[in-house]
Amino acid sequence: MKIVVFVKVTPDTAATVKVDDAGNVTWGDAPLVLNPWDEYAVEAALQTKEAHGGSVTVVSMGDESALEAIRRALAMGCNDAIRIEDPALAEDDSLTTAKVLKAVVEKIGDVDMVFFGRQAIDGDTGLTPPQTARLLGWPYIGLVAAFREIDPEGKKLTAERTIEEGRQVLSTQLPAVVSVAKDFGEPRYPSFMGIRKAARAKVPVWSLADLGIEAPTVKVRLPELMNPPKREVVCEFIEGETPEEIAEKLADKILAEKVL
Amino acid sequence: MSKQIWAYIDHFKGEALMPSWEAIGAAKMLAEKLGGEVVAVVLGKDVDSIVQEAFHYGADKVIAADDATLDDYRAEPYVETLAKAAQEHSPAVILFPTTTRGRELAAMAGAALDAGVIADITEMEVVDGKIVTTRPVYAGKLLAKAVAEGEPQIITLRVRAFAKPEPDASRSGEVVKVAAALSEDAIPTKVVEYATTEGGVSLTEAAIIVSGGRGVSNNPDLAPPPDITDENEIEIWRAKQGFKLIGELAETLGAAVGASRAAVDAGYIPYEHQVGQTGKVVSPDLYIACGISGAIQHQAGMRNSKVIVAINTDPEAPIFKLARYGVVGDLWKIVPALNEAFKKKLGKK
Repeated sequence: MKIVVFVKVTPDTAATVKVDDAGNVTWGDAPLVLNPWDEYAVEAALQTKEAHGGSVTVVSMGDESALEAIRRALAMGCNDAIRIEDPALAEDDSLTTAKVLKAVVEKIGDVDMVFFGRQAIDGDTGLTPPQTARLLGWPYIGLVAAFREIDPEGKKLTAERTIEEGRQVLSTQLPAVVSVAKDFGEPRYPSFMGIRKAARAKVPVWSLADLGIEAPTVKVRLPELMNPPKREVVCEFIEGETPEEIAEKLADKILAEKVL
Repeated sequence: MSKQIWAYIDHFKGEALMPSWEAIGAAKMLAEKLGGEVVAVVLGKDVDSIVQEAFHYGADKVIAADDATLDDYRAEPYVETLAKAAQEHSPAVILFPTTTRGRELAAMAGAALDAGVIADITEMEVVDGKIVTTRPVYAGKLLAKAVAEGEPQIITLRVRAFAKPEPDASRSGEVVKVAAALSEDAIPTKVVEYATTEGGVSLTEAAIIVSGGRGVSNNPDLAPPPDITDENEIEIWRAKQGFKLIGELAETLGAAVGASRAAVDAGYIPYEHQVGQTGKVVSPDLYIACGISGAIQHQAGMRNSKVIVAINTDPEAPIFKLARYGVVGDLWKIVPALNEAFKKKLGKK
């Protein structure tokens, strides 16, 4: 099977992200990492390759910092990688990204499955995976928790996806696009050999000209980024001689807030 | 022709999801400021009662597609039917609740209509006739203003961020029927079945959440049954007893049970309970954090709760910086006592 997994580089989840006085987003010394949601997508892509043969190509759009994410995915076991960079993509939104990724899938050619994480922990939109599917005209199964059947010859796919009400089991045709939920299972750690191989890998860079497309028009703009208002709370500590006394006082305080 | 502001009604097995009504409320606010009418969009099979409910919650008009191909939500027939209706009726704005289906459908409708999509907003205002939204990014560590160009503007609303209107059963209005866009043989995706997971968790919709963290297993006095000897299994057994106490308090308050990533990673409770940057982002009226220190990644998921209560043995725990009320103490003693106190005060047995 020919498998593509799209990933993004993001600041670590433990990072304290702020807008500084100059209006730039900063996260101090916190490392850039493979978007945590994308680790599940890489894991699912690798398991699919291991079960059905073929190769996994990891693709990331962004400047050289995207190599952090790409190298992690290569170290986990992806076969090869492509980075997409173009000055015309300095500003983007989910739909422009999806248009570029569609062109990537078409240029690679004969792709059977495209994997995404559920969303990126920085932008938090979760829009790009279904948009890429719709632009390709391929079926989409979002938030996959488990595969029941992948049949590359019969071009069939059956998967369980997580929804508010539990799991919805869908069957569809290949080629298809999926996004992978955390329920899929723990992503593997890179092996020592994998890390060495990833460190040496040459990652080709494709521009919009390589993809044969113009820069798509950006429709959604973020004119302002702000630090959230500080929570103006001073914690009132509830004390007492016994747990019962504390509980009694605390329950009264909560009831007085009229939130029950 | 007056402007149409659409609100997409998400439903499952004949029942609308509550945040759909919040979308009607938000559409009403926009219709008043931009001038126009509130149009609810209901796609499905046998949707008459949901159509009527949409009127009760404030829709002026309902666009409805009632067809066997729309019986269960599937992306292909839903997005094509929605996009076709949008091309015919040219709405200025389409609002969706940020449910799993709502977010997916909004995204694909944006691709089908070549329109900008703004996901998961928490605020919206009209400035000089333009919609300016606010949405959390980096899981709420930052806020971004977001604007979209062109029409329709597609916007998904964070669950519980917009008020649900009071229903008025005397309201009704015009139903505009539209046909489903695809025939069954043109739809590759089929629903095989539904499988439920451990039920009862609807964290994002919950008005009250009681959450447990790593501290939930911290009760060395509690002796495990003799057949459990493995250290790790003893820890998990203790944690399950702790979550039982949290579950009892949650039941008394009509609350959902949440958990920190540490508790989920340690195997104390399934992932669907996780609150935080890589779990669910919630904003209940009351959030009671038990044995949760309050790592940045957890704060990102719950900092917008209205009233936060923290119970923790460590007076330096960062969770107290967010909390309105704090108890420095052992959750194993405080949580059952709190449950008893509420039972008494709320008149429950």
